[in-house]
Amino acid sequence: MKLTVGGNVKEYKEGMTVGELIEAEDVKTPMYVTVSVNDEFVESGDFASTTLNENDTVEFLYFMGGGR
Amino acid sequence: MAFSNEQLERYSRHIILKEIGVKGQKRLMEGSVLIIGAGGLGSPAALYLAAAGVGRIGVADADVVEISNLQRQVIHATPDVGVPKVESARDKMNAINPDVKVETFRALVDGENVMELISRYDFIIDGTDNFGAKFLINDACVIAKKPFSHAGILRFQGQLITYVPGEGPCYRCLFPAPPPPDAIPTCSQAGVIGAMAGVIGCLQALEAVKYLARAGKLLTGVLLTYDALTMEFRRVKTPARRNCAVCGVDAAITEAVNCVAAPVCEGINI
Repeated sequence: MKLTVGGNVKEYKEGMTVGELIEAEDVKTPMYVTVSVNDEFVESGDFASTTLNENDTVEFLYFMGGGR
Repeated sequence: MAFSNEQLERYSRHIILKEIGVKGQKRLMEGSVLIIGAGGLGSPAALYLAAAGVGRIGVADADVVEISNLQRQVIHATPDVGVPKVESARDKMNAINPDVKVETFRALVDGENVMELISRYDFIIDGTDNFGAKFLINDACVIAKKPFSHAGILRFQGQLITYVPGEGPCYRCLFPAPPPPDAIPTCSQAGVIGAMAGVIGCLQALEAVKYLARAGKLLTGVLLTYDALTMEFRRVKTPARRNCAVCGVDAAITEAVNCVAAPVCEGINI
């Protein structure tokens, strides 16, 4: 199925969950990433149970603490 | 407030812009901004806001200038090493624009002083370098209904979002709680490209100017991310969380407190 992940359209395996996508995309800090699907946040406790669908748009938001 | 001839000349490039004009410049001159952190992000923000003629600018920072700051903290110069950052910043801002009233706070912004401090300003810029401060500023601004610009930078990346009360998410909607200490690298551990602070700090200054002058659209509900290696800017739409602990319904956080570490910061206690 096609997903748009971080602005890039790619082919992923059917029925993938958010948790599996985090692994597939090699997210460096999987414990601390915020995920939105179609502009709605997914609670981190629901990553493993949230199934993605064809044409979903997924964004990963990362902590960035610098400023000085 | 009537403009002097010198002010007309100084701000002519603003006044000629239809989105700013005489009215917008007046609003800038009557407006106030607090910059928390006179470092990488705070430096360009302070320079441009002073140059823009923002009437009153507060600068809060407890530190003195160190040689390792100078690779990116462009408001400070080599002879300033050892000088309190707020003094070094004030001198440069006043040298650019003596019209601007610079108020300095040589203190760490914490749960004790944050509410009083932000209450005196129209718009707040978060130029801090740690999650404790970033969550504190967010919570304080949400509770006090103050608009503010959040930003973060690391390596070749930066991001920012603007919070305006009642218009979209706060920082805690994006990230419900700070990460544990050392879970996410800091700039001193992982590095940061100097000009990244310039890009993102300037964008924060633009948000403050637009807010005060009431020009254009702010980054509310949108996290703007920038990758300097690919030169890509992205606008990531971000909703508010209904169950956000500070801006959501039945918010548990009703007081801004120091968040030092995530595990003890998930509730409302220190």
